[in-house]
Amino acid sequence: MQRRTLLKSSAAALIAVSLAGPALAQDPLKVGFIYVGPIGDLGWSYQHDQGRLAIEEEFGDKIETVYLESVPEGADAERALTQMAMQGADLIFTTSFGYMDPTINVAAKFPDVKFEHATGYKRADNVSTYNARFYEGRAVMGTIAGHMTKSNKIGYIGSFPIPEVIQGINATFIHAQKVNPDVEISVVWAYTWFDPAKEADAAKALIEQGVDVILAHTDSTAPLAEAAKTEGVIGFGQASDMLDFAPSPRVSSIIDDWSPYYIKRVQAMLDGTWTSTDTWGGIGEGEVVIGEITDAVPAEVKAEAEALTAAIADKSYHPFTGPLNKQDGSAWLAEGEVADDGTLAGMNFYVEGIEGDIPQ
Amino acid sequence: MMGSIDPILLIASLMVASTPILLAAIGELVVEKAGVLNLGVEGMMIVGAIAGFAMAVESGSPLMGFLGAAVAGAALSLIFAFLTQVLLSNQVATGLALTLFGIGFSALIGQGYTGVRPPPTPKMDFGPLSDIPVIGPMLLRHDPMVYVSILIIAAVWAFLKFTRAGLVLRAVGESHDAAHALGYKVVRLRVLAIAFGGACAGLGGAYLSLVRVPQWTEGMTAGAGWIALAIVVFASWRPWRVLAGAYLFGGVTVLQLNLQAAGVAIPVQYLSMAPYLITILVLVLISADRRRAAQNAPASLGRVFHASS
Repeated sequence: MQRRTLLKSSAAALIAVSLAGPALAQDPLKVGFIYVGPIGDLGWSYQHDQGRLAIEEEFGDKIETVYLESVPEGADAERALTQMAMQGADLIFTTSFGYMDPTINVAAKFPDVKFEHATGYKRADNVSTYNARFYEGRAVMGTIAGHMTKSNKIGYIGSFPIPEVIQGINATFIHAQKVNPDVEISVVWAYTWFDPAKEADAAKALIEQGVDVILAHTDSTAPLAEAAKTEGVIGFGQASDMLDFAPSPRVSSIIDDWSPYYIKRVQAMLDGTWTSTDTWGGIGEGEVVIGEITDAVPAEVKAEAEALTAAIADKSYHPFTGPLNKQDGSAWLAEGEVADDGTLAGMNFYVEGIEGDIPQ
Repeated sequence: MMGSIDPILLIASLMVASTPILLAAIGELVVEKAGVLNLGVEGMMIVGAIAGFAMAVESGSPLMGFLGAAVAGAALSLIFAFLTQVLLSNQVATGLALTLFGIGFSALIGQGYTGVRPPPTPKMDFGPLSDIPVIGPMLLRHDPMVYVSILIIAAVWAFLKFTRAGLVLRAVGESHDAAHALGYKVVRLRVLAIAFGGACAGLGGAYLSLVRVPQWTEGMTAGAGWIALAIVVFASWRPWRVLAGAYLFGGVTVLQLNLQAAGVAIPVQYLSMAPYLITILVLVLISADRRRAAQNAPASLGRVFHASS
């Protein structure tokens, strides 16, 4: 795979340094973005880039943005980040979990540059973290999935076994089981964020196992394209709305809207009030949006899903509310108890009822 | 525990999963047999993916899509041919540049095609044959390109083994100076081989965007071209071994996902690395005998040819 890595790193270096916004005499604030996939993935990286466009729109020529796409996670990200910092970026958003250590390392070398790392948990004086409560959206998708499955088998394509993904699997299963006690969930780990062919193969393998609802925590629309090939299989938009696949197989979606957060942070930079923070917004904060539920879903299921969305938004309901046991049967949350953010941020266990092991 | 794996469905899906790398690899095999190393397979594949997709969407015909992909792949490879055969540039560097160019260029022309659904590629109709138990669902219910890819393998094999032109092509790859001295048109032959390789890579890319996924997404080949290059070495430059290699790689990839979906208790890490591990293992085994491995590689592979030398 050395050639592939070589390709990716050189591609990252050559393709995508793009300067947007006019350069002015007074130095505009330079905001950088590092994406794990291409901005044309119509999923995760696309949504982050929508956030970048939103700050350009909001602040006009007071800022200047640069981005690098398809930057591999790991050591190469460190090189890309260093390059961006040396080119004078004042604020850099690193938008994937695997950039966590590279971000911390580079931040230590550039104390005057501010960093914002998405979905991680390591912070420093000049490193903030931000995340969205995707599991809130997953709870809604799980409710729909539990109602919609006829085979009582739902499939979940995971990227990497990290807390963010595991929260989603648990939230999906808990809420599917709540409305359909017979439901089973089957998880396939793709070990990639973006590889349409592999994502499609994973969806196909699940469908061949009798799964008729597919959820994906990868970045492309390929699982939906695969679901579209088989009658009666449904799926959900992930990260982006993926409306092209509506009304079916895409019956709803979880949309990440990063714009409010990006605008807030850039404003703080301009005001000189930026400090290292940890932000974790959900449906209530508008960071997670539930895409339109199509007519492929019966009206009463849609109403139930919307009621759940509203309850999560006004914080009257938390998707991880006891009684809940861990997979091994040991008690996790007592009746009425809700999970604390610390446990969620480090979640490394399945809840009771899910088969299989989390790769360690 | 979920159900077990159905071997019939597994073989059917591994044939589909392997076809893109199979097509790209057999094209590259011909290029390398002619003594040219084109590392631009990934770039030609992805340009084929978008060109085929765009053609299929605009014309409404998947057949036109595949034709367009072959033409686009060949056209891109001719840039490589011009640079390396006429201007005598370094093949490795030019091939890498071709890949980078292809990825960027495909993203540019693909702007309007994200989220579009291509026209479905119909399955081959073998009539009652498709209903034969086991063999029918396993082998006889695919789209035409699966069979075309196998036919291309057979044709390349027959061409290299039995025809005079095939012999000349191999001679050019083994010793371009000797072939030149005998009066063969080394550059012309190599350009044709490169164009054939480009067309095959284009077809492989279009198979991804039109059948296997089917949609256009930037960077969707995700390294398949590099796997195809590895498979040519893996196959020690023999056509049927390309088929075996591609199916083995595709098979292990599909198998590991199926094992996961079926809930088989093997640690996922082992399953995920299996395709690469097995590829490396076979490579080590077949190259263990150094003399034989060296004999299989075309002797002039990657060397610049100039008629004056």
